[in-house]
Amino acid sequence: MNIIVCIKQVPGTSNVKVDPVTGVLIRDGVQSKMNPYDLYALETGLQLKEKSNGKVTVISMGPPAALAVLKEAIYMGADEGILISDRKFGGADVLATAYTISQAINTIDDVDLILTGKQTTDGDTGQVGPETAEFLNLPHFGYVTNVEIKNDKLQFISNLETKVMKANITLPCLLCIEGEINTPRLPSYKRKVKFGSCENQIKIMSFEDMKDQNENNYGLKGSATQVEKIFQPKKTTDRLVLQGTKEQMAKDLLNILRERKFI
Amino acid sequence: MALKINHNLVNEEIAKTLVDICPFKAIEYHNNKLSINAGCKNCKICVKKGPAGVIELVKEEIKTINKNEWKNIVVYADIEENKVHPVTYELIGKARELAQVINHEVHVLAIGYNLNQTVDKILHYGVDKVFTYDHEKLKHFDVERYTNVFEDFINKNKPSSILFGATHIGRSLAPRIAARFKTGLTADCTALEMKENTDLVQIRPAFGGNIMAQIVNSNHRPQFCTARYKVFDAPEKTINPTGEIINCPVKDKWLKTRVEILEIINKKKEEDISESEIIIAIGRGVKSKEDFNLVFELADLLNASIGCTRPVAEAGLLNSKHQIGLSGKTVKPKLIITLGVSGAIQFTSGMKDAECIIAVNNDPAAQIFDIAHFAVFGDIYEIVPELIKNIKEEKSNV
Ligand SMILES: Cc1cc2nc3c(=O)[nH]c(=O)nc-3n(C[C@H](O)[C@H](O)[C@H](O)COP(=O)(O)OP(=O)(O)OC[C@H]3O[C@@H](n4cnc5c(N)ncnc54)[C@H](O)[C@@H]3O)c2cc1C
Ligand SMILES: Nc1ncnc2c1ncn2[C@@H]1O[C@H](COP(=O)(O)O)[C@@H](O)[C@H]1O
Repeated sequence: MNIIVCIKQVPGTSNVKVDPVTGVLIRDGVQSKMNPYDLYALETGLQLKEKSNGKVTVISMGPPAALAVLKEAIYMGADEGILISDRKFGGADVLATAYTISQAINTIDDVDLILTGKQTTDGDTGQVGPETAEFLNLPHFGYVTNVEIKNDKLQFISNLETKVMKANITLPCLLCIEGEINTPRLPSYKRKVKFGSCENQIKIMSFEDMKDQNENNYGLKGSATQVEKIFQPKKTTDRLVLQGTKEQMAKDLLNILRERKFI
Repeated sequence: MALKINHNLVNEEIAKTLVDICPFKAIEYHNNKLSINAGCKNCKICVKKGPAGVIELVKEEIKTINKNEWKNIVVYADIEENKVHPVTYELIGKARELAQVINHEVHVLAIGYNLNQTVDKILHYGVDKVFTYDHEKLKHFDVERYTNVFEDFINKNKPSSILFGATHIGRSLAPRIAARFKTGLTADCTALEMKENTDLVQIRPAFGGNIMAQIVNSNHRPQFCTARYKVFDAPEKTINPTGEIINCPVKDKWLKTRVEILEIINKKKEEDISESEIIIAIGRGVKSKEDFNLVFELADLLNASIGCTRPVAEAGLLNSKHQIGLSGKTVKPKLIITLGVSGAIQFTSGMKDAECIIAVNNDPAAQIFDIAHFAVFGDIYEIVPELIKNIKEEKSNV
């Protein structure tokens, strides 16, 4: 089975701080890492590859630094990586991101299965997967907690809000994999030594490599949404501060709870 | 709008300032050349806060659309086995507010099987029209079939904005249709406003920082967004609904699917913190799993449910269904007590509408105090045991 896993590089900690005076975002210099939810998708892909004698290609769209997550994936067991990177892809919203990823996947022959994570920890929309599936005209399903190969189909389990569903889906298709469903393997030291900088495994794709050569469909120009402004959230003005000894504070709290009939 | 670098103004020092100012590491300086890489999120900080004029915003020809051709606000009715998810009513409430600004109608789209009674219920929330696509093969949500049906609806009715609940259905369907119409989608909005030119203003926490972003989709229609359950308020029911029901024919060619459902198991009804009236939320200030017992004891006394922040769930200390916030649940209880929670916007956006917020944190500068009604500057390990003692005494006195 020819499997593609979409992975994204995200900031190492979730907090980008805002300078209270200037309103400028401050990055706190923390290392980037692979989106944690994508690790589960990758592990699912690697297990299916082992069962089907297949191949896993990891794809990431981002700046050149995103090479690091592709390398990590190759050390974990992926066969090949593609970095989709070009200035023309910058500023992409969900629409343009999904379109660009679908264009890159379109250049690969005989794709059977595309896996994405449940969501990213920086963008946090969970919408890139389904939009990508639409652009590729493939069926998709989310909240997937288990996948098995059944002849020319896949059988999966999806964990929804009020029910659990078992279903078959035809190949090719796209599945968004839930978090915490398996234990992602660690990168192997052997593979690290063997592949090193992964020069022969990772290919970089830029705008020139895409089938659709209309620049207006990529990056900022291909994005439908625009950020009009960013602002600090409102603060409450009428708050009561409790301080003093622990006995005093606990007593005040008790009074508040009593007055408001919580006890 | 695009960013343009005026290379003639760049020197090494300016380049360094710009490289440093970009929160996304998207500005690079190599071989005396400044460039913007694919990490750019178009936050425009380099234009606004960087050395003047070096990076400029240039207007580009954009094809504009005739916004008058797109009319009315649609709420997608989140229906499963003829049960309407209550987020639908909340969205109707919001849609009515938004529609008033621009004199549009509020429409509901219902897709399913045997919808008559369901639709009657919806009409009581004061909508102008309900469009139904009723067919046996639409009984269960199927993303391919539903997307095809939705496409027909949009082509025939040209709605201006479409609101979805951020349920598993909304989160699958909205992106598919948005992509099919090549238009924008903003997920998990925490506030919505309407401009007079019919642009939907979509507000959500963004960039992973402690900031909100105001997002518009001004050159595309329809405008798509999702919002979670408990973010908006459902309107009062009307006794005499005046809305009209429009039954739309379903074509066979829309009903092809590549997914075959084999089995559906209903889950036991789990405790859902978004339904709780009192919640105690645990943050990283509560250090270990043993310490949780203290919190559980307080929760028992108050008959409260337990919520938590993302790091607590990520560390595996509590199941992620307890997580409150942008990537967890939205809650609107009568009372929430936060213990050792710093109050990052991704957390507070999921609980700021609670009627009463009591925050305990030993750092008086913690952001949680910006939204708290009662700010307790103190150590949870001192206050919680003392409070437990007091409540127990109080209870034994009555
Ligand atoms: C896209 C995205 C989505 C996110 N979604 C969510 C989400 O849904 N939910 C969520 O919660 N977070 C979310 N986050 C993470 C969020 O930004 C914060 O990192 C997180 O909420 C912080 O959790 P915390 O308050 O428990 O921990 P911390 O920020 O570490 O705060 C701990 C607090 O405890 C206080 N404290 C320590 N010891 C004591 C003591 N003895 N007594 C009293 N106080 C004490 C400290 O002063 C501190 O303020 C998201 C982030 C991103 C980027
Ligand atoms: N830039 C990207 N490159 C590769 N995959 C991505 C990218 N952005 C999102 N994805 C995939 O889409 C999933 C959902 O992302 P999001 O919609 O940002 O929450 C992620 O878990 C990834 O699998």
